Amino acid sequence: MKEIYLDYMAAAPLLPEVRESMLPYLTECFGNPQSRHGYGAAPRSAVAQAREEIARLIGAASREIIFTASGSEANNLAIKGILAAQRKKGKHIVTSMIEHFSVAHPLKRLEQEGYEITWLPVDGKGRVRPEAVEAAIRKETVLVSIQHANNEIGTIQPLEEIGRTTQARGVLFHTDAVATVGVVPFDVNLLGVDLAGFSAQPFYGPKGAGALYLRRGTRLYPLVDGGIQEEGRRAGTENVAGIVGMGVAAREAGKRLAAEGARLSALRDRLIDQLVGRAALLHPTGDRIRRLPSIASFAVEFVDGEALVRTLERRGIIAASGSSCSADALKISPVLTAIGFPGNVAQGGIVFSLGMQTTDSDIDRVISVFPECVEEIRRVSPIYSKVKR
Amino acid sequence: MTAADLTLDTLGLFCPIPVILTSKKIKQMELNQVLEILSDDEGIKKDMPAWCKSSGNEFLDLLQEGKVFRVYVRKTKQP
Repeated sequence: MKEIYLDYMAAAPLLPEVRESMLPYLTECFGNPQSRHGYGAAPRSAVAQAREEIARLIGAASREIIFTASGSEANNLAIKGILAAQRKKGKHIVTSMIEHFSVAHPLKRLEQEGYEITWLPVDGKGRVRPEAVEAAIRKETVLVSIQHANNEIGTIQPLEEIGRTTQARGVLFHTDAVATVGVVPFDVNLLGVDLAGFSAQPFYGPKGAGALYLRRGTRLYPLVDGGIQEEGRRAGTENVAGIVGMGVAAREAGKRLAAEGARLSALRDRLIDQLVGRAALLHPTGDRIRRLPSIASFAVEFVDGEALVRTLERRGIIAASGSSCSADALKISPVLTAIGFPGNVAQGGIVFSLGMQTTDSDIDRVISVFPECVEEIRRVSPIYSKVKR
Repeated sequence: MTAADLTLDTLGLFCPIPVILTSKKIKQMELNQVLEILSDDEGIKKDMPAWCKSSGNEFLDLLQEGKVFRVYVRKTKQP
């Protein structure tokens, strides 16, 4: 049986051209980009070229890109680095209740250390209201951090409107853009963001390669002190192969993005519409219009999300019950709770994330198999049999 | 007062990065050309004169406009 992989949000395969581009830097071109002798030259110019490709993908200048080891590191660097550099201005941050852990957890730690965080609620579709951001900004606010899109429910936030507010109020604006850079159009100037964390994974680049966009002239303290790499903002010898791969992945993403977005959106919409018609007590989650092209997400009543993932896998369909970063934590999804699902329903989260190799027939297969998977789990649920009666 | 041939923007960067970037830039310039360096790091006040002294280039001036320092250096030594 051919397996149908629908967990692209957790991990995606490398593009063949990405893999090819990386190989020389894992073999003969092993030099350190900082070396002034001949061995440093090729890695140095390869890193510079990758920086340009990545900057181009997001409408930035190459000197505004800081390489990191992940999107999580980029988000941590953004938040902690800005707060440390702006200590004199104030200690207040505005964020949302559905941020990824790489934003929520550093902020919770800072809260314990005496920073004040405003956690904005979201509506039933998972949207942050731009007016609520504006109302939350105060004289001592140093940073607004709102994700671009949610990896669990797919909702895309109105960053342009929030960006206009932060610019008018003179507050720095960070976005966790891991779910969107290389996936949907992303332009730092159109969105009005000052910092954006992202990684190579979602656009078929290597793991261990991420970047922070930092608007020119913005002061930021490093998380990792040491050498002068990344103009002193992130010490440590560059992950040359990873950076090169990320650069090629960015170049390819720029070419592919519009057509692939339209193709995936059509598959996604068919999957959502069909499943809603075929399984009872199934709720699509997130915004149906402003959403990631690749995500079909649901909350299923009287089903445990993890059990559903296992049942689907037995039938050759690979999906996730929520954010892969928290799969082992076995907690009820804070995102599904924040958009208003009671705990027992929020336990039944299921996320299909589509990608390059997803075909029409894959979607047909999910549509035909999914209802029986749900029924199989419900059949052994004592609560469900009571409710059904 | 000083007419610069080139400007180097190091705003947002902390010392010693502005000095390192200055050193790189100066290498590409002609003898007697003047480089203007923009910086918002206080450290530049000490670091740039010190670097000029050690590298053999001429420190011309440092102007402060709000939070921004404009530093002028003349290339007086061909490495």
